[in-house]
Amino acid sequence: MSLLDVENLCVTFPTRRGEFQAVRGVSFTLGQERLGIVGESGSGKSMTGRAILRLIRPPGRVEADHMRLEGRELLQMSEKEMQGVRGQKISMVMQDPKFSLNPVMKIGEQIIEIYRFHTGAGRKAAWAKAVEMLEAVSIRDQERVMRAYPHEMSGGMGQRIMIAMMLVTEPKILIADEPTSALDVSVQTQVLQIMDRLVRERGMGLIFISHDLNLVASFCDRVLIMYAGRIVETCEADKLHEAQHPYTRGLLNSLPRLDEPSERLDVLTRDPAWMEETSVSGRV
Amino acid sequence: MSSLEFENLNVWFGDGPDRVDAVTGATFDVESGTSFGLVGESGSGKSTILRALVGLARNWSGRMTVGGLELRGYKRPRAFYRDVQMVFQDPYASLHPRQTVDAVLGETLKLHGFSDIDRRIKTLLDDVGLGPEFRFRYPHQISGGQRQRVAIARALAPEPSVLLLDEPTSALDVSVQAEVLNLLVDLRKERSLTYLMVSHDLAVVGHMCERVAVMQDGEIVELLGVAEMRAMEVKHPYTRHLLEASVGYNPREA
Repeated sequence: MSLLDVENLCVTFPTRRGEFQAVRGVSFTLGQERLGIVGESGSGKSMTGRAILRLIRPPGRVEADHMRLEGRELLQMSEKEMQGVRGQKISMVMQDPKFSLNPVMKIGEQIIEIYRFHTGAGRKAAWAKAVEMLEAVSIRDQERVMRAYPHEMSGGMGQRIMIAMMLVTEPKILIADEPTSALDVSVQTQVLQIMDRLVRERGMGLIFISHDLNLVASFCDRVLIMYAGRIVETCEADKLHEAQHPYTRGLLNSLPRLDEPSERLDVLTRDPAWMEETSVSGRV
Repeated sequence: MSSLEFENLNVWFGDGPDRVDAVTGATFDVESGTSFGLVGESGSGKSTILRALVGLARNWSGRMTVGGLELRGYKRPRAFYRDVQMVFQDPYASLHPRQTVDAVLGETLKLHGFSDIDRRIKTLLDDVGLGPEFRFRYPHQISGGQRQRVAIARALAPEPSVLLLDEPTSALDVSVQAEVLNLLVDLRKERSLTYLMVSHDLAVVGHMCERVAVMQDGEIVELLGVAEMRAMEVKHPYTRHLLEASVGYNPREA
């Protein structure tokens, strides 16, 4: 059985000019795999991630035929039950650590708080666990980092701390929203290895939201390509470079390439018809 | 002729036990009319070199020249700022949120002592591919790519010969990045500008630049031409590591 099963997900925001649908009828399943969602900013990929955790605030609305986590309907859970899901069953690593870490709380305290909230462990055990997690995300001098504030950290360290914090509860599903776009390549490799290991060894399901096509093609198992709130194409990640949809092709061609230099880069021309296409199903 | 020369440049922050050496012994030069890339990870000192050049990082030693003129301290003559301009990474942060495009460009032109401001604003917008309808908009009314075009227009306003580009497209979507990179390539050709570009994206640097310096921990570990980079003919293991990582995720790599 799949970990997550989403059917016909819609996210709607009322605006002065009528309703705006950020996500329009997206369906997919997630097993113990690395599922990539790619698209440009505004394509609805982050909104899809947030909608799964029911993090869309009113007046925004999340609707779906169903959205099941291991058979349990997420849309019918009370807010209290959702608290047991968020951070424990499904964790989310957001784009920018600057806005995700509490600026006036020491890093150690933030990790310990999450761990104790979800497991009820003692302070000492939680401290040891937090240090262990920081080590797992390749942070040196963990004891010092535990006592530091977020502003004392670089962006890369902040993001690794976020990941450590999200993985400390050993969630079933990790939604990673551009987890490495603020990171350097060598740190990026380490972070990806950590997530890769969790998928392979612990059977975690990973939703990897990214705009980086090369990264998704090489890292994920399956890819959903989103445009204007819909899935326009799905494929095996290693076949991404053979994708058919003109939007996907346009994105691929607009990347500068080291192996194929060209004077000018192709610029994506958007076909208004893409807006009207129905969403492709990402179910397996 | 070399447009920019850096010789044994050291830049540091703080004093005594708090001293951090951000750049140590950087030596390279950028030929006039060419494009030079500085690549490396965050904290490797690549942006600091740009900041030292324009006087934003005050503690430095060594030698820096711009068009033969030797720089001292952190104050720069007015002519320097006409000649050297910078485009910053984040167009969301580098434009004043309460000023229209017209005000941003107008102020820059006024500061540099131009009189035919109205005509120049029109030309600048045209040069960066923005229609006249953008002139009286605020930054929040235009997209990220358009904002970066405004930032480029602002940098071009005093008619510089050198543009310092600090990760000019890293905040943009790939399709928009392609547009901005094409614009930068065109502008360089039209105006024979010299670019000193900082980026962590080797593919972008490979597309834009003729020569590249790879930085690690404040030091330049390798200087190489783009042809060598494309052919993966690199000497330093760190450069190889960066190149391999730029292709995508490789699980075998540690």
